[in-house]
Amino acid sequence: MNSGQARPAVEVRDVVKRYGSFTALKGATLDIRDNEFFTLLGPSGCGKTTLLRMIAGFEDVSEGTILLFGEEIENLPPNKRPVNTVFQQYALFPHMTVTENVAFGLLRLKKSKAEAAERAKQMLKLVKLEQFAERKPSQLSGGQQQRVALARAMAPGPKVLLLDEPLSALDLKLRQTMRVELKQLQMETGITFVFVTHDQEEALTMSDRISVMSAGEIQQIGTAHEIYEQPNNRFVADFIGETNLIDVTVEGSEEGSSLCRLPGGALLRAAAARAFEPGSKGHVSLRPERIALALPDGSGGPEGVVEHLVYLGTDTQHTIRLDDGTRVTARTQNAHHAFVDLKPGDRARLTFDEGAARLLVD
Amino acid sequence: MAAVGSDIKRYPGFLPVTILCLVVLYSPLLVVMVYSFNDSNSITIWGGFSLRWYEDVFYGLEADKFKAAAYASVTIAILAAVASTTIATAAAIAMVRGGAFRGKSVTFGLISLPIMVPEIVTAVATLIFFSTIGFTRGYGTILVAHITFCIPFAYLPIAARLQGIEGTFEEAAQDLYATRWQAFRYVLGPLMLPGIISGFLLAFIISLDDFIITNFVKGAGIETLPTAIFGAVKQGIKPNIMALSTLMLAVSILFVTVSYFVSKMGEKNTR
Amino acid sequence: MAGGFAGGRTVSRTYHKVRSWLLLPSWLVIGIFLVMPVGIMLVYSFLTKEFRGGVIWEFSLAAYDQFIFDRGLFGDEPPTLEWTYITIFARSILQAFLCTVICLLIGFPTAYFIATRPVHTRSVWLFLITVPYWVNLLIRTVSMKFLIRDNGPLNESLLSIGLISEPLSLVNTDIAVQLGLFYSYLPFMVLPIYASVERYDFALSEAAADLYATRWDTLRTVLLPAVKPGIIAGCILVFVPSLGAFLAPDLLGGAKNFMIGSLVEEQFKGNAGNWPFGAAASMILLTMVLLVLLFYARNQARDEEGR
Repeated sequence: MNSGQARPAVEVRDVVKRYGSFTALKGATLDIRDNEFFTLLGPSGCGKTTLLRMIAGFEDVSEGTILLFGEEIENLPPNKRPVNTVFQQYALFPHMTVTENVAFGLLRLKKSKAEAAERAKQMLKLVKLEQFAERKPSQLSGGQQQRVALARAMAPGPKVLLLDEPLSALDLKLRQTMRVELKQLQMETGITFVFVTHDQEEALTMSDRISVMSAGEIQQIGTAHEIYEQPNNRFVADFIGETNLIDVTVEGSEEGSSLCRLPGGALLRAAAARAFEPGSKGHVSLRPERIALALPDGSGGPEGVVEHLVYLGTDTQHTIRLDDGTRVTARTQNAHHAFVDLKPGDRARLTFDEGAARLLVD
Repeated sequence: MAAVGSDIKRYPGFLPVTILCLVVLYSPLLVVMVYSFNDSNSITIWGGFSLRWYEDVFYGLEADKFKAAAYASVTIAILAAVASTTIATAAAIAMVRGGAFRGKSVTFGLISLPIMVPEIVTAVATLIFFSTIGFTRGYGTILVAHITFCIPFAYLPIAARLQGIEGTFEEAAQDLYATRWQAFRYVLGPLMLPGIISGFLLAFIISLDDFIITNFVKGAGIETLPTAIFGAVKQGIKPNIMALSTLMLAVSILFVTVSYFVSKMGEKNTR
Repeated sequence: MAGGFAGGRTVSRTYHKVRSWLLLPSWLVIGIFLVMPVGIMLVYSFLTKEFRGGVIWEFSLAAYDQFIFDRGLFGDEPPTLEWTYITIFARSILQAFLCTVICLLIGFPTAYFIATRPVHTRSVWLFLITVPYWVNLLIRTVSMKFLIRDNGPLNESLLSIGLISEPLSLVNTDIAVQLGLFYSYLPFMVLPIYASVERYDFALSEAAADLYATRWDTLRTVLLPAVKPGIIAGCILVFVPSLGAFLAPDLLGGAKNFMIGSLVEEQFKGNAGNWPFGAAASMILLTMVLLVLLFYARNQARDEEGR
């Protein structure tokens, strides 16, 4: 089961995509492992869909190579690549029934009609739509159409399945249900999923690994945990979840951590990917839920005045205005009684675990 | 509220003009239709209702001539429509789905050229052309000329229909291993079908109805319905001409109606 | 939007690589059977006429010269101004122009009326207007001839209700030709104007009314400028074909009402014809039409830029 030594399912090597003078993808390199649920995550225009379409074959590669289980595919037309796509708007053939849609790929691969019909039936059972086999797409709800699109793409038995924001057209409740179903499907079938989304919650809940992208560049690749806890740069820290970004200057560096000085003079220790030159300017990313507020003790750490607090039912959120003017949000679970009862106007000190603060120097 | 609202849109006198317009458009046709049932040799005095002139068209003295002309007209129209629709479908796919390319506007100009050039000019030019290359005038020359000028007429509804179809369908087909031809045959073609049928019907009628170009390039040995009617009219309008005209009129109206309903039906089929 | 992807509405590239092949038949057919013939026709207009129809391959400007000058039977007399052909061209231009104006005066209210009907009725009206267009032009012209002839239904009914005491001799007059032209091309004026009015936002009319404009003020200052593209398109679609019309002048006019179409046709009939002259006349007609179309296209481009 350990595919660590096996050939990755998809290898993208220095792939660039230009449209005239506009560069949509500025040199992407990543590996997608066999059997994994890999997500391309980023805001619109970041290049994630462009990359997906290049793997599928709908866009030419301006520079670079794409390998599928070791074979170069960037020059192959889409109908010669053994990958299949679930389109954002489903693209179900409106003049065909559900079964005909699902069987389409198999028939084009010259399977016998009987075999295609049988496989289509299996697929529809897998997505729980057997009773809709003879309906036309226009007679199905959005969620049902989505599942047909899924069945259709999986029917030819691809090793890699590409999904282009397949849940974005669904309403919230349905989306949440489908996330679970998709994840289960991937784990059951073992197909490598390459999933594109702009919704970070989706990415975090479903993926084995995530590639965060912005403005045509890959910002970071890692598991949900890595991306969240150890963001590499400002963009990733800011895009995933909520965080406080505090301007700092590096005072001194040691193995894995740096001492940072805030504009107001306060000092804090942050985890760092490497040692930075004293005097370097950067930001410390500190997530609200990692901050515990304590009474000031004059020890030189970040301190400030509570501006206001918001009661959120499960949590309480405090906004602290540090002495140097920076605003910081702290969030504490109400279940924890072990926090100091602070009201607006009170002074407070920020405390946090080792590793909760991360230094980011761009 | 409704009265005030529609008041702004209403212009007195526009309705009468519209009625006048329709009267002018229909009265000649209605008159011909009515007189085609006239039971009298005269074309001016009403003698009662009769189908004799229709009989005359099919069985009378000139029946053979008309039958031959009808046969020529219909066969040419079918062949020209098939050929021009096929050429136009290919052109539409290239123009609508081909992206931007050098010479695209020139190509569009070329495709529209037969509609823009006055018919008499096309007629003369084609005549001169066939004479120069020694292509004897007859069925073949008519057919070739018809195919040429039917192309833009077939093209317009097909391209219009194709514009409304999203590009993801053929991408999905390719994704599922269809070749370009299979993507057309199983996916794009069926979705385009209402437009293709409209184009075909349009090309058919245009070919069937053509007079000037046909008259120039046909040579002496062949007649189509329009040229036969023209020749007969030159000798004086006779009642059987009116019967024949009414028949052609009915065919035209039938085709328009079918074309209209086909495109309406097609609207429902694509999402 | 930069790039080829605009959030869902992609242009598929499935057929990009084969587009030249797909266009080849069109290029060939229209290139060989229309463009080349017109080119040959241009050449012919500079050749010498053969006495029994056809041409002698010898360069000559006689065809064009013939339009304006009369050099006598054998072409060796000093040139005097020949008005015949100039008159024919002038008449054609005048008729076409007149036809355009009449079609506009009748077509605009009609188009406007239909465009302001409730939606479900609208298609019925449109259908009614379009149906005559689909009828063979020859048959329509013949039926018009039938209608207005001396002892035809129009005269009969006018006589019987006492509006006139003698039949109106309409056939073989300029009026008959004009009637024929109008009848042939009216739908071409109605449809583009209809399309423009249908797109017109009547909130503009309401705004004008709110600012004290009468209905006719609104028509003049707000509506007409807004539907100008449709009006211009309609005018072009009427003017161009009526300039080169053959059937209406031939069947409804007579020898005294020759227009370009009949003139050209005459050159290719039997043995009395003059092919180079016919070719020249066609070239002049084509040039006039292309100038009008070019002017129109230039106007369109300028409008697009201004947008």
